[in-house]
Amino acid sequence: MEIKATAHKFGDNINTDDIIPARYLNTYDPKELARHCMEGADEEFVRKLGHPSARGHCIVAGKNFGCGSSREQAPLAIKGADISCVIAESFARIFYRNAINIGLPILESERASKRIDSGDEILIDLNRGKVTNLSKKENYKVQPFPEFIQEIIRAGGLMNYAKEKLKRKRLNP
Amino acid sequence: MGMTIAEKILARHCGKKSVAPGAFIEAKVDIALGNDVTAPLAIEEFRKVGGNKVFDADRVVLVPDHFTPNKDVKSAEQCQILRNFAREQGLRHYYEVGRVGIEHALLPEEGIVLPGDLVVGADSHTCTYGALGAFACGVGSTDLAFAMLTGKCWFRVPQTIKFVYKGKLNKWVSGKDLILYTIGDIGVDGALYKVMEFTGPIIKRLTMADRLTMCNMAVEAGAKSGIIEPDGETIEYIEARAERPYETIHGEKSARYARVVEYNCNKIEPQVAFPPLPSNTKPISSVGDISIDQVVIGSCTNGRIEDLRISAQVLKGRRVHPRVRLIIIPATPKIYREALSEGLLETFIDAGAVISAPTCGPCLGGHMGVLAEGEKAVATTNRNFTGRMGHPKAEIYLSNPAIAAASAIAGKITSPEAL
Ligand code: SF4
Repeated sequence: MEIKATAHKFGDNINTDDIIPARYLNTYDPKELARHCMEGADEEFVRKLGHPSARGHCIVAGKNFGCGSSREQAPLAIKGADISCVIAESFARIFYRNAINIGLPILESERASKRIDSGDEILIDLNRGKVTNLSKKENYKVQPFPEFIQEIIRAGGLMNYAKEKLKRKRLNP
Repeated sequence: MGMTIAEKILARHCGKKSVAPGAFIEAKVDIALGNDVTAPLAIEEFRKVGGNKVFDADRVVLVPDHFTPNKDVKSAEQCQILRNFAREQGLRHYYEVGRVGIEHALLPEEGIVLPGDLVVGADSHTCTYGALGAFACGVGSTDLAFAMLTGKCWFRVPQTIKFVYKGKLNKWVSGKDLILYTIGDIGVDGALYKVMEFTGPIIKRLTMADRLTMCNMAVEAGAKSGIIEPDGETIEYIEARAERPYETIHGEKSARYARVVEYNCNKIEPQVAFPPLPSNTKPISSVGDISIDQVVIGSCTNGRIEDLRISAQVLKGRRVHPRVRLIIIPATPKIYREALSEGLLETFIDAGAVISAPTCGPCLGGHMGVLAEGEKAVATTNRNFTGRMGHPKAEIYLSNPAIAAASAIAGKITSPEAL
């Protein structure tokens, strides 16, 4: 799976309240949540994304991205805003799980996190674990996800993955 | 290369000879747990994908403990979702008010979690069960839905940090103080992604209650789980309760740790964590003069019978300060009954405390003791984040039960020694 995106850069310890302030937590609808995505860290963020374009967007952040509460609304808001990937130096543990479970690709790379600047054009190869910075003409290696995590992301999340598995079982019991 | 106890448990549950930190695995879970806050969404997800039967009706555990007895219509409806699902699925472990206790006190007490188990729970303090020699961690609602459906969960194998506690325990120092001290030392992200393995001569001498308290708070240092290798104490505790076979697992001598941290307990005093972080700890001797309005003794951290006994020991023959509300919450009905027959409840009432039904209640600012603006509380719970117990401008100080009880009498944070 290849993703082409424009980078939006954030710092360390972006918490779940930065990603989606608690006052918007009365819904699980990704499109609703998306309207306030990253509002706590940058009020202008959603406006900066503009209309959905062919180019796509990705978030690049520092250490401990997604720390704080275990709510799934945080990665849902990011996914709902059509952010195609989050690259960070490290992620908070439950955010990391929740992101994969809802089918939001996330990657850990210290070098990518340090080198990429806002506005850089990024090419991400999830299968091979390669991030290319087209603007700076650099490559960063990341640990590729194992096959079944890739399957989860391809299916669009853990429950869709379960559904596909169930269907297959029913077809060939 | 050898494996730690956590790595060994994970390897067994994914059918591999060995696993190394960093690897992604899909493993079988022994128990999947949810509560009245997290299970409704998991049940919705479960149904959305057409799930009609849970993987094992004996191994999906639902505990409505957060807002029960139902605090309002919304919480009553949340509980109704659990109740209907439990009936429809024939779940063996579902508990109504009267039988329900705080999940992380209830599951060990009922013998539902056993050594060597792999447990996931849609509650961040699921890590408590590491005290039984199990690998247990908190997950999201989608994880719980998947586990209920398939009996499986995916993991990234974590590294382990080994903590060695040596020396002698000072008076009034408990498992709570050791874990607060540790979090104060390494910080709230000091064990991010990792397992905290508690070892050493001091741990060997701790009761199960103290061990459960320590593992309970591993998540407050960012850890995936806390764990303690099973020993004679564990077996004695488990043998009285286990209803199914189990196998104790031990780490290997050649196991690799991310880091080894040693503490000399001679130097550790009772600890108080100042707001707004559990890592904001001070020894009791340097707390200073802090007047308080409320004390809560309870929660999955310190609501067990041992905690009530030590509180009663401090409160016996004394009166709660006129300005202070002391709320005592036995964590389960069994603990409530034991406290009754040992005469502890009488001691509490004589001292001027109120005793609540088992519930999470004030621990998460739910009900049964929510704080107003500017109020200060000492609590034996595990989180003192801004707004956790009510108003964002209320302050929460975390301590062990002895300090909490002494503070209720003095009207300010203090040690029983100073009474
Ligand atoms: S007592 Fe507090 S920390 Fe424990 S499960 Fe309940 S709300 Fe969570």
